[in-house]
Order: sequence, then C-alpha cells, then structure tokens
Amino acid sequence: MSHYSVWSVLREGLRGQTGWDRAWRDPEPKPEYDVVIIGGGGHGLATAYYLAKNHGITNVAVVEKGWLGGGNTGRNTTIVRSNYALPVSTQFYEHSVQLWENLSHDLNYNVMFSQRGQLGLFHTPAARDGAAKRVNTMNACGIEASLLNRDQVIRMVPHLDYSENARFPIIGAVLQKRAGTARHDAVAWGFARGADQRGVDILQQTEVTGILREGGKAVGVETSRGTIRAKKVGVAVAGSTGHVMAMAGIERLPIESHKLQAFVSEPLKPLLDFVIGYGAPGAHFYISQSDKGGMVFGGDLDFYNSYAQRGNLPIVQDVAECAMAIMPCLGRVKLLRHWAGIMDMSMDGTHIMSKTPVDKLYMNAGWCYGGFKATPASGWHFADLIANDRPDELTAAFSLDRFERGYAIDEKGMGPTPKLH
Amino acid sequence: MIRITCPFCGERDHSEFSYGGDATVAYPALDAPVEDWNAAVYERRNPRGPHKEYWHHLNGCRSWLVVERDTLTHEVGKVEFAHPGLRESVEGGA
Repeated sequence: MSHYSVWSVLREGLRGQTGWDRAWRDPEPKPEYDVVIIGGGGHGLATAYYLAKNHGITNVAVVEKGWLGGGNTGRNTTIVRSNYALPVSTQFYEHSVQLWENLSHDLNYNVMFSQRGQLGLFHTPAARDGAAKRVNTMNACGIEASLLNRDQVIRMVPHLDYSENARFPIIGAVLQKRAGTARHDAVAWGFARGADQRGVDILQQTEVTGILREGGKAVGVETSRGTIRAKKVGVAVAGSTGHVMAMAGIERLPIESHKLQAFVSEPLKPLLDFVIGYGAPGAHFYISQSDKGGMVFGGDLDFYNSYAQRGNLPIVQDVAECAMAIMPCLGRVKLLRHWAGIMDMSMDGTHIMSKTPVDKLYMNAGWCYGGFKATPASGWHFADLIANDRPDELTAAFSLDRFERGYAIDEKGMGPTPKLH
Repeated sequence: MIRITCPFCGERDHSEFSYGGDATVAYPALDAPVEDWNAAVYERRNPRGPHKEYWHHLNGCRSWLVVERDTLTHEVGKVEFAHPGLRESVEGGA
C-alpha cells in the first residue's frame, strides 16, 4: 500500500494518475478473529486502527452493514471542540482534540482538520455565569479557553446581529481557539486505510444479524455473509445501539434514538472563519463554513423517538429562525441539502463506553450530539477497553452501570429525559 | 409532518403537540427496590418499529394522549386519552 506524499502526487501527475492503489482491501471474511467490531463508522474504524497500532492486535474485522461512514460519520456538522462544563467530559474531549491535531500525519491521510476557533455565544447574565464556570473548569483542566466580552466578539465576527432589537442580544462568548472542523468522510477513510494497512479486515455490505453467545460470553457474530467467530466483540453502532444490543439479549438501555437534522447551503465566498454556536431557551444553533464554501449548520433534535433517517419540516423552520436571529445576512442564501442522522440520546447526555452484562461484549454508544468530535479518542479508549478488558482512567466514569450507582454525568443538569440533552 | 388525530380536537399537525416519551414505563411503588426504580427512570426498550408514547396536545386542548406510532415509518396508529377517566367519559359516549 503506497505512502501518500508530495512525491507520490507529482509522480502520479506525470503518470496520468494510473498508479494509485485501492485505499483498503475488500477481503472475504475469515472464520475467526481476535476482535470483531460491529459498525464501520468513524468510531468503529478508529477502534480497529488503535487496536492494531497501540495494542498490536491486528487479527480484527470491522463489520459494516452498508458502506464506510454512511451513517452519522457522514451526516454531522463536523465540529471539533473540547469545551465541556464537567471535568470528565472536557478531559475526554481534550484528549480527542489532541489526537485530532496530529491525525493527518498519524494516518498519512489529510483529514483537513482546521483549528479556526469556536465561539459559544451567550445572551444573558446567567448564561455568562455558566460560561465563566465552563472556562474556569477548562482552565483548571489545563485546557485553554477564554471569556470574551461583546466588543471583542464584534471585532472578531462583525456581521452577526448586534442591533438593539436583536432577538438574542450577544453579550459575550466563550472562545476555544484550538476548536474547529474536519472533513468527515476523510476521517472514516483515513482510519479505514490505516487499519487495513495494519492487517484489519474491513467487511462492507455485511450485516450483523445475531450475536453468538456461549455460557454468558460473546463468541462471535452471525452475519449476512456467514458466521464469524471472535474472542471479543465491540459494538460501535450509535443510532442503532438498542437494535444491535438486543441481539445479545440486552433489551433495555439508558438510550433513546432520536433524529437530528443538518443543513448545508449553496457555496458562498468566504463569510465565516469561526465556528459559531449558541444555545438559549427555545433556540439551539451551530454553524461553520466548509472549505467548499457551503454554510454547514444545525439545531435541535426533532424531539421524538425515531429511526427514520429523514428530517421533518417544523425543525427546518426552527433552525432557519435560529440562523436569522444571529446571522441575518444569510436570509437570501439558498439551502442546498438537508438530511437527518439517528443519534443515541443517553439518559444523562453523556456517552457510554463500557463492558456489558455479557462477558467479552463491549459497547460504545450514547454519543448524543457529540460523536464526531470524539472519533479519535473514542477509538483510542474503546480499543484500550477491549484489549485490556477494563476501562482506563479516563473512561471509567462512562460505564453503563453509572445510572444505577447514582453517578450520571449530566452536563446540562436536565435529568433523565434524553431529548433535552 | 406527522398528523395526530386528537380524540377531542381532531386531526392536527404534530407541531401542536409536545412529545412525552415512552408510555409503557410503569413506575414502581415508592418503597420498591432500587433496581426497579433504575429500570423505570433510566432504562428504555427504544424499539425500531411500533412504539407506544405520550404526546401532550400543548397548543390545542392540552390533553395528554397515548399514541401508537412506528419509529421507523412515523405511521400513526391508535390515539387515546392517557387519563382513563377522560377516556371513559369522552369515548364512552356518556
């Protein structure tokens, strides 16, 4: 498998682009692997990559029903940040940001990580107190973030609505300079190529139809391409977690599936060089501009349980109103596409990375709105969990039994109502 | 748009309603063991298919309803008042 470099680009330019290899193989399933990962999205592929790279476990298969990154990896708004209010969350996502910073070099694949900075706007004195607490938590965890006043925000992004009658008057923002965006497809492809180079089999168009158990222990999977036995099975299928875990006899989880819509406009000339987000009662909005010029944005869930990967119009109106409330200059911009992804909304708004009641079956789920930014750290720590059969220091808090033990990680203090996180 | 037929108001857009979650959850007695409370508060079946759920007709008659809806197709089936007394007095035709 060739190494990508400026020389390979020049060489292929001179050879008429005839010498490129496939980025990953399309192998036949082997009868048995050390580890089978269910789900060929960013998290599953990253897990396989780090199993091989960090733990030397290369006899691994990633089993994917459709195509790589065809689920939520290809449906999000690509924002990467680590500005969370609770130490366990901000530390976990900070590890992810650190991995993102070197990911293109590590994978030898350009994931187009752009640390353009993220501004989380706030609109009331109470929200400013919350923002200050968040900045202090981050600084205490050694993560750089700063609290900006209104004038500083105006200097950085002059074309938001700062008028007297603004629906959400901007009184300041939390700035995380190292936050940004990445190219979502490239993340899946880069991890797939990196894992494949280390010997991992990536099995696309292979649907898992059952999880084999013997004596309370997971020993493999039934698939549309036959039985594959495994010493360990990892599930990374956010959106379909309940459906897949039910195959292992785990019928009830602290998760509801909801759909979240995302939007992209027609391409525009450079308009916005930050990621902007804001949340206020009745409004939730985040926006950035892609390298192709499209404005990429999203808002709230559709607010009812759903497995349909398609959006509903009331939220289109809702998100458009949020956009106009903060960036009225978008009023004449045409929408190019909108779509929906199915998200695991957990009972406390935080992900679950854990052993399960079934021995040798591990789950990685419940990512709510935050799955994309977590991709490298999710893979890193899930691989560690699977390899060592115990959670590491950073992931012990994200166990499945935390609810029962009274240790929910409720970032927003919303209580056990998944749609509100 | 999902259309829900409220037994009191008739067929309306779902944007008139507020979603109230899984209607099959049964709360245990106050002195029930912690496992039962954990199951009621935190654990959901979250089915991909038929789902029995609460909707509140917030911008209408304000009744709480139990709606049968498919989470994959969004097809709405039976709708009835959540409150059994209301169900009896309105639907019983008394």
